[in-house]
Amino acid sequence: MSTTTPTPLLADLVREVRKTREYRKLTDAIPYTRYMGIGVENLAGEMLCRMTYTPKLIGNSLIPALHGGSLGAMLECAAVFELLLQTDTERVPKVISLTVDFLRSGKPQDTFAKALITRQGRRVANVRVEAWQDDRTRPIASAHALFLLAEP
Amino acid sequence: MSDFTLPEDKAGRLERCSVFYTEAVPHNHALGLRLVDVAASEATVELPYADFLVGNPETGVLAGGAVTTLIDATCGTAVFLKVGRLMPIVTLDLRIDYLRPARPGISLTCVAECYRMTRQVAFVRALVHQGDKSNPVASSQGTFMKLEE
Repeated sequence: MSTTTPTPLLADLVREVRKTREYRKLTDAIPYTRYMGIGVENLAGEMLCRMTYTPKLIGNSLIPALHGGSLGAMLECAAVFELLLQTDTERVPKVISLTVDFLRSGKPQDTFAKALITRQGRRVANVRVEAWQDDRTRPIASAHALFLLAEP
Repeated sequence: MSDFTLPEDKAGRLERCSVFYTEAVPHNHALGLRLVDVAASEATVELPYADFLVGNPETGVLAGGAVTTLIDATCGTAVFLKVGRLMPIVTLDLRIDYLRPARPGISLTCVAECYRMTRQVAFVRALVHQGDKSNPVASSQGTFMKLEE
């Protein structure tokens, strides 16, 4: 590892990325999202989450299909990034509960997700997320998550 | 399909089910999941703490996604143990409640029980802890379905 500059505090990084929209800086600063290949992209003016396909995301190697855990992880990350980048929360929100519905098996290819904040209170936020591959109108998984927004 | 029937003895069942934690299931293997115990309809799987699974670099707490994979994998194995046979199954839904923050640096253990199996659908509940079952990190409930038959 040839990191020369110390890692800035995540809150500073979040504030910076909200302005610069260099989302990669943020998703690379989190070991898990970097490992999973989960990133945020601006596609046609819309902020979407992308999980780049790699064989390590597979659960059933015979079909082959993405692991339920890979999809669940991606939906949760999409919700976290939506809260971090589209609201003014200062810290990484803590998940209270997450419910995932698996609608179709995930093929070995890139997966996209869009999170929608359905309610944001002072302490709690409700988020809905949908993930798809080829056809946005045919989601492969959806989730409903409840987050505790970090206390100041 | 008789060769997919699980052996009667515990050691044999543990060995046969362990295949889901090798390269046969790349994502379980990638995260380092390890099947540590099996019972009649119950599986115990360990997720060793690893730096690459950290979701919050400021606290060192593991990412929720890694916990989701741990729970999904353990629940699936509990279904095989309940049925006594390896067969293709899919997760229909999974709900996870986070009861307390996980402590960094310590492995997570998931215990899942398939408490009801109908002709097509399996119902599973799971707890995730860090050594003390009475102080769990997460509680979960999921449903799974057989792909064929």
